[in-house]
Amino acid sequence: VTAEEKYVAAAYLVVFLFLLVYVVIMAAKLSRLGREVSELAALARKRRGSDGRVSETEREEVEVG
Amino acid sequence: LTTGLLGLATALVFFYAPVDEDGLNQKIFYFHVPIALTAYACFGFGALKAFLHLWKRGPRADLESYVAIHQGVIFGAMTLVTGSLWAKVRWTHWWVWGDQQLVLFLVLFLFYCAYFMLRFSVEPGPQRANLCAVYALFGVVLIPVSFLAIRLAQSYIHPTVFTSSGPQMAGSQFATFCVALAAMLSLAYFLYRFELASKRLDAELKELREHLA
Repeated sequence: VTAEEKYVAAAYLVVFLFLLVYVVIMAAKLSRLGREVSELAALARKRRGSDGRVSETEREEVEVG
Repeated sequence: LTTGLLGLATALVFFYAPVDEDGLNQKIFYFHVPIALTAYACFGFGALKAFLHLWKRGPRADLESYVAIHQGVIFGAMTLVTGSLWAKVRWTHWWVWGDQQLVLFLVLFLFYCAYFMLRFSVEPGPQRANLCAVYALFGVVLIPVSFLAIRLAQSYIHPTVFTSSGPQMAGSQFATFCVALAAMLSLAYFLYRFELASKRLDAELKELREHLA
């Protein structure tokens, strides 16, 4: 392998390395966002559950028919 | 589409485009120049969005400008690294300070690197958006200067392929270059959309967290 071939290979590898690093960073970020969505969904479910109990106690009886 | 174009461009570079009198190192041209042009396009698009932010006060323009400039800096860094590798094999130097094209591109790159220092040193809000938009607009002036420097300079060592009489290369080389340019622009657009979507999702989640807290 000549020095020229090494530099050409290095130039193309650098481009793909940049892209790989970028994709890894974005994948890590998406993973964090996914965790945050799960946390917020759990928080929302918990809040809805507690709100639900309150509304059942406050429900008024009405005549039907 | 982006993956296909990148694969096609790589295949054309190594199996279709001929090796000219400059030797094998000329193969770097097919990625180096499209990456540099894509960096210019990203900076230009970022400046356009900055202008739209200042003009129409669109709620999304500030974030779009920021993401486009971020892409420009990534492509700018790739331009500098691939260019240095090409310079080492072609001119036996990693960097030539006497070449206006190189120095002006470095100035442009550093100018937009400083954009992030400005952005992250000011509290988020309308003031930050306005400051960043004005800064991004100032930077766009450097793009034509950087592009034209090589064509206006009296003495230079940077090769000029595109002149007023058209591209100075064979048809197969020009076709390969066009595919590589399309691949890089497509890649930049994909990364732009991807990053923009993640930034918007991040902002919406932050807002939701504040509402639920």
